[in-house]
Amino acid sequence: MWSGRRGLLRPLGCGVEELRCRRREREAALRKARREQQLVSKRLLRDEATEEAEGGCVVVILGEAEIQEFLRLAQRGIEEKERERALVSLRRGLQHPETQQIFIRLEGSIRTLVGLLTSNQALLQLEAARCLHELSHSEQSAVAEACLPATSYLLTYLSGHSSDFIELCLYTLGNLIVESEAVRRQLLPQGIVPALAACIQSPRLTVLEALGYALSQLLQAKEAPEKIIPSVLGSTLPQHILQLLQPGPKLNLGVAVEFAWCLHYIICSQVNNALLITQGALTTLGLLLLDLAAAVQRTKNAGLELLVCPVVRCLSNLLTEAAAETVGGPVHLRDERVVAALFILLQFFLQEQPSLLPEGLWLLNNLTANSPSFCTSLISLDLIEPLLHLLSVSNVSVLVLTVLCNVAEKGPAYCQHLWPGLLLPTLLDTLALSDTEVVGQSLELLQLLFLYQPGAAQAFLQQSGLQALQRHEEVAQLQDRVHALQQTALHG
Amino acid sequence: MQLPPALHARLAGAPGAAAPLPVQRDPLAGNAPFRFAARQVRFPREHEFFEDGDVQRHLYLQDVITQVAAEPERPRVPEFTCQVAGCCQVFDALEDYEHHYHTLHGNVCSYCKRAFPSGHLLDTHILEWHDSLFQILAERQDMYQCLVEGCTEKFRTSRDRKEHLVTHHLYPADFRFDKPRTRRGPASQVSTDATGEDQAASEGDAMEVCSEHAEAHPEPPRERRVYGHRIPSTICFGQGASRGFKSTKKKSKRL
Repeated sequence: MWSGRRGLLRPLGCGVEELRCRRREREAALRKARREQQLVSKRLLRDEATEEAEGGCVVVILGEAEIQEFLRLAQRGIEEKERERALVSLRRGLQHPETQQIFIRLEGSIRTLVGLLTSNQALLQLEAARCLHELSHSEQSAVAEACLPATSYLLTYLSGHSSDFIELCLYTLGNLIVESEAVRRQLLPQGIVPALAACIQSPRLTVLEALGYALSQLLQAKEAPEKIIPSVLGSTLPQHILQLLQPGPKLNLGVAVEFAWCLHYIICSQVNNALLITQGALTTLGLLLLDLAAAVQRTKNAGLELLVCPVVRCLSNLLTEAAAETVGGPVHLRDERVVAALFILLQFFLQEQPSLLPEGLWLLNNLTANSPSFCTSLISLDLIEPLLHLLSVSNVSVLVLTVLCNVAEKGPAYCQHLWPGLLLPTLLDTLALSDTEVVGQSLELLQLLFLYQPGAAQAFLQQSGLQALQRHEEVAQLQDRVHALQQTALHG
Repeated sequence: MQLPPALHARLAGAPGAAAPLPVQRDPLAGNAPFRFAARQVRFPREHEFFEDGDVQRHLYLQDVITQVAAEPERPRVPEFTCQVAGCCQVFDALEDYEHHYHTLHGNVCSYCKRAFPSGHLLDTHILEWHDSLFQILAERQDMYQCLVEGCTEKFRTSRDRKEHLVTHHLYPADFRFDKPRTRRGPASQVSTDATGEDQAASEGDAMEVCSEHAEAHPEPPRERRVYGHRIPSTICFGQGASRGFKSTKKKSKRL
């Protein structure tokens, strides 16, 4: 049963067109940031525009005197409600970046806040934690670094029992982690990895999701491969993560998404993937892939690609490890259901998220490249034609041709099944394109077909293949291969 | 893209696969000027191949973070009182009560009624403050365990341990959950069991305000007493009433 995250796709108050427009803008900003290697940035996490649109109450900038007054009331107020209210007012003010700046520059302010955070007054503690959470949202590293005195306590509270509080601490930590390397440098010796390893045993889904978020931010840090991932791999975290990704009725989408991304950051950093394989990562991910394919057929849940994407990436990268050859699981055992699942997911991508098609085909390449078994599965499950249909999708043409080459290069028994069908007319169509890479890969495939499939060259000639080749005779990267094919076709 | 109808049934079927077709390669395949070679590909973290998926991930995170930061909506319930003996705190939201309970009544030491944020810290406290065997053993071996989970270092004195926490784990020197055990002093407020000064410390210390604490720096660790901190009237532990659990068992009752 897939239970979605609370409010995951809850629509905002604006119109659909406005939403789409804003989403395109956000996407463009993220794309730019990624190219500049700035994707892991707080600024991008907190979508300013959304808040302005939603903003019920106007956020007021608090001045020094007001902040001091609120802090004084919180510390020494007579009535508990009064103290709490003071902190709530402070928190609201802290939503504004200018208030944050004033706050951190005020002497003793963080100390006071930390004192309230560690008090035995539960409600004050919660409000103080929320104030810290607001501060953690700042785009300024200085503000994040001002929160350094609180981190040891945030970590200590992770082994408590109050799940709302733990959740808050985790999101706060996650935000601080993103913003400042100084914070990360302190958190590691303070024991964040063991603290997370203990906390991940919580049964509460909201806690787990928050933990996954914090961990994913930690793993995305640029120094993660050297400084962070080794200790994570040395802890019990990987086993717990794999457990949380086990398919079945207890799998929660929001939680699984976070941990699948964690796993992706670990795996693509290539620190010690063999260890993950011995812990059963390939088995778990393979079974999860099957489960996801079944799920996309059942539900129209448009959130599933958020999980499919990292799972596909993890599987694909893990397959390239030497250890993948020897360990058991549906992948090693050549379970053709994996191929079936992948095609169902490719169809899902085509409908919901075409930009993810290349990643799906990358996995298909890694499955089929060195595997006669999976190549045979493509044939026995009648998947060659659907594959050919994908050729028309421009962002994956080269990949589709590569997969077809993977099949064809295994010899005559394979080429026999690629022939005749739609393959020749489709190839002739691709030869009409001007994309050099696509054409080049088509030429490779043609060579294999001419070599292994009797009658292919003949049929090619009959379908005006030579003319199709002619337009590429002058292209530098293609001409040698074009000539070679022309020779083969004419003279056998 | 039309998928063969049998595919969905196959997915639901048993694991397995048809026997692979025989592989038979010709040495000419992939020969110059051709270059195809079937091979797996791996992509590292920052590769542009991942751009689209990464962008989708971050769009999702933006929504999540915005929701998390939003004002928490607490469904209100009819007011109720904390059920723990001697505590008359009132609540109108379950989450608030949960937090109150775990903070004040959760990991409570049955000797000195002091509350701790975790079972781990409570265990350490009981061992170091209330276990006479510990004191005996500590004279001969390193018994003070590092407070950071996962660190197995042990120390001769609590001061050494604090030193380790500060230099090795970058903990603050005034970390609140590492108070050194102070000597017995005149009984302060309530109970007649040991460590009277800790009595006040349990409530007062924890609610101690930062500026006062700042005055305590540099803190002479041993002899500091903290008496007479005002407890708000809404928490009526009362003089003479026991806080938390009335337990005479040696081990504290843990949840």
